[in-house]
Amino acid sequence: MAFESLTDKLQNIFKNLRSKGVLTEEDVKVALKEVKMALLEADVSFKVVKQFVSSVEKRAIGEGVLNGLNPGQMVIKIVNEEMISLMGSDTTEIALLPINEITVIMMCGLQGSGKTTTAAKIAGKLKLKGRKVLLAACDIYRPAAIDQLRINAQKQGVDFFSMGTDVSAVEIAKASVEYARKNQDNVVIIDTAGRLQIDEAMMQELVDIKNNVAVNQSLLVVDAMTGQDAVNVATQFNEKVGIDGIILSKMDGDSRGGAALSAKAVTGKPILYVGMGEKLSDLEQFYPDRMASRILGMGDVLSLIDKAIEANAEMDAQKEKEMAQKMKKGKLDFEMYLESMKQMRNMGGLGAIMNMLPGMGRISDDQLPDEKELARLEAIVLSMTPQERKNPKLMTPQRKYRIAKGSGNDIAAVNRFIKQFDQMQKMMKQMPGLFGGKKRGMGGLGGLGRFSGKNKFF
Amino acid sequence: MAGFFEKLAAGLTKTRDKFVKGIDNVFNGYTSIDDDFYEELEEVLIMGDIGVNATSTIMDRLREHVREQHITDPEKCRALLLQDIWQQMKIDEHAYDFEDKKTIIFVIGVNGVGKTTSVGKLAAIFKNKGKKVIIAAADTYRAAATEQLVEWADRAGAPIITGREGADPASVIYDATSAFKARDCDILIVDTAGRLHNKKNLMEELAKMNRIIDKELPGICRENFIVLDGTTGQNAIMQAREFGDVADLTGIILTKLDGTAKGGIAVAIVSELNIPVKYVGVGEGIDDLERFSPAEFVDALFLDSVEKK
Repeated sequence: MAFESLTDKLQNIFKNLRSKGVLTEEDVKVALKEVKMALLEADVSFKVVKQFVSSVEKRAIGEGVLNGLNPGQMVIKIVNEEMISLMGSDTTEIALLPINEITVIMMCGLQGSGKTTTAAKIAGKLKLKGRKVLLAACDIYRPAAIDQLRINAQKQGVDFFSMGTDVSAVEIAKASVEYARKNQDNVVIIDTAGRLQIDEAMMQELVDIKNNVAVNQSLLVVDAMTGQDAVNVATQFNEKVGIDGIILSKMDGDSRGGAALSAKAVTGKPILYVGMGEKLSDLEQFYPDRMASRILGMGDVLSLIDKAIEANAEMDAQKEKEMAQKMKKGKLDFEMYLESMKQMRNMGGLGAIMNMLPGMGRISDDQLPDEKELARLEAIVLSMTPQERKNPKLMTPQRKYRIAKGSGNDIAAVNRFIKQFDQMQKMMKQMPGLFGGKKRGMGGLGGLGRFSGKNKFF
Repeated sequence: MAGFFEKLAAGLTKTRDKFVKGIDNVFNGYTSIDDDFYEELEEVLIMGDIGVNATSTIMDRLREHVREQHITDPEKCRALLLQDIWQQMKIDEHAYDFEDKKTIIFVIGVNGVGKTTSVGKLAAIFKNKGKKVIIAAADTYRAAATEQLVEWADRAGAPIITGREGADPASVIYDATSAFKARDCDILIVDTAGRLHNKKNLMEELAKMNRIIDKELPGICRENFIVLDGTTGQNAIMQAREFGDVADLTGIILTKLDGTAKGGIAVAIVSELNIPVKYVGVGEGIDDLERFSPAEFVDALFLDSVEKK
């Protein structure tokens, strides 16, 4: 399925319109219709979409179109800004009591939203902050939920408390805080059973826990893939139990995550973290700007730039300077290739990068060069001598033969690779300006763009 | 067996709330078919997670039928719409033939949709039919997943093949297929670890398990079920597509339909990928997995509240 990003769509609609100074009602209406569709496709709740779009409409009509933008882009800019302000909060961390008091955190959410995993992730995060954390197992219903929490507590190296499944969740919660006091823990994270927001008895259980234990923070875990029901879930948990923050789980999937907007809009409660994977360290800060781009299908360019910077930070400054120099001169050698590959892996692999690029959100894995293929090419480079890597011109048939043998490839593969490499070098010479970026991080990326380009290289 | 809707109504602790505004309001509020009427209809479909694309397809068809048949009564329009979706969700009469054959059931899906629970419930269904069931616990990744399934296997009274946490799930599959042959079982149900469909390595792992089953038990009837969370939005289409690339999906198990979510995404998947919904999960008890009833599903999709029924 061809994926057309919202930006592309709007670009097409406004192709024939030049910027006209101010946004007219007509401009805004046309653009917002597309925005509305994009939001619905991203699973933002219908009612939230309606409200949101009408508030944007009010703001946008009559607004001046900035230089260099067309009306469609201008509307997107406004939409983006409004979304960021709607999703953002002043609070971005779990509020903790001073270190000599016990902070009690209660996890809640639907079945399968990821409470137990998230509880363990938070425990790890707070441990890093110097807290002594106790995980309390209050899910007495799902088979083996307690075991799951115990194993995760072990992995995270934090304390664990359970009373089996014969005691009520409220009693366990009460006892866990007592235990924490004796054990000198200063954070208790209560993991509760998954429940439906309309299951009154189960919702009451959460209320009872809150009535019996001084819960400081009730956190709602919402699956990023949730559809229209996200509004009902968030509203009900907030009204019946009262929540202090939201955590979005399974954000490492490819859902657009409209649930984030819905949940925030109807509860007004801050989104604190996003779960980015199954490893217990995969809990990240929530960035409203990135989420807005993701919901609108415009890719997560900011995250990409961030990752590029991060990856680049690992490359020492001297090396980077050399690389930038070479790139400027349009000189490409195999060492740079290796360095780029390393950077790419640091950024989470080619697939991860492509997913963050605008318009590439739905590129499927088989459209990407196979990681194994990349590994094979890397093996070729690794079988070269340092001199050969620095000076691709040295290649002779004998050398190629040796490289082929050393890397377990046939000679044709080596030839193909070197030929493509040559071509790329020529291309780089033709456009040196492209790669001389001043911004830290972009030098490497410029190179990457070539490597990942439409099969030119592979 | 009571339909899932009756069961819903019977669950006294659960009440449906006002916010579940249904199609009945739409029909009651209109005396003629106009743009507002259509628009509101569209809203109901979208709020049921049917999605923008499938909704516009359905609405286009509806408009056409209304034109062709010169319908002016909203009530008739309603019947037409229900009929249309029902028609799409209808299941083949042979859809459940596998229950009486020697069958391997491969259960796959993303994290937290209810795979393990569904496997336990499926085992109970077949066990109650007097089948010789065996379960393979091939989720060796998630902490305590095996313990969870062992508990379900106990409740269903079915033997289970397990592996160590962190073991290669393929080895569990291999053991299970051997046991299936040696013990001359009727049905082997394979539970797998939840994985997001965009994780290439994990999907490869799944493909490997699939190949082992094919190789070890050739010629035996296969059912590959994707488990979808009824509260999931449009991403479920991607899930079905990607998992379908790993193993030919023969059915959907739609879970968590006992809440306020309507599972309308199933309509989008059926219309786009033509994978039938075969079972629905409506609760946490071992008997809370039922054969899919298109009529009840469509009713629930459009019904205001349980009380109304």
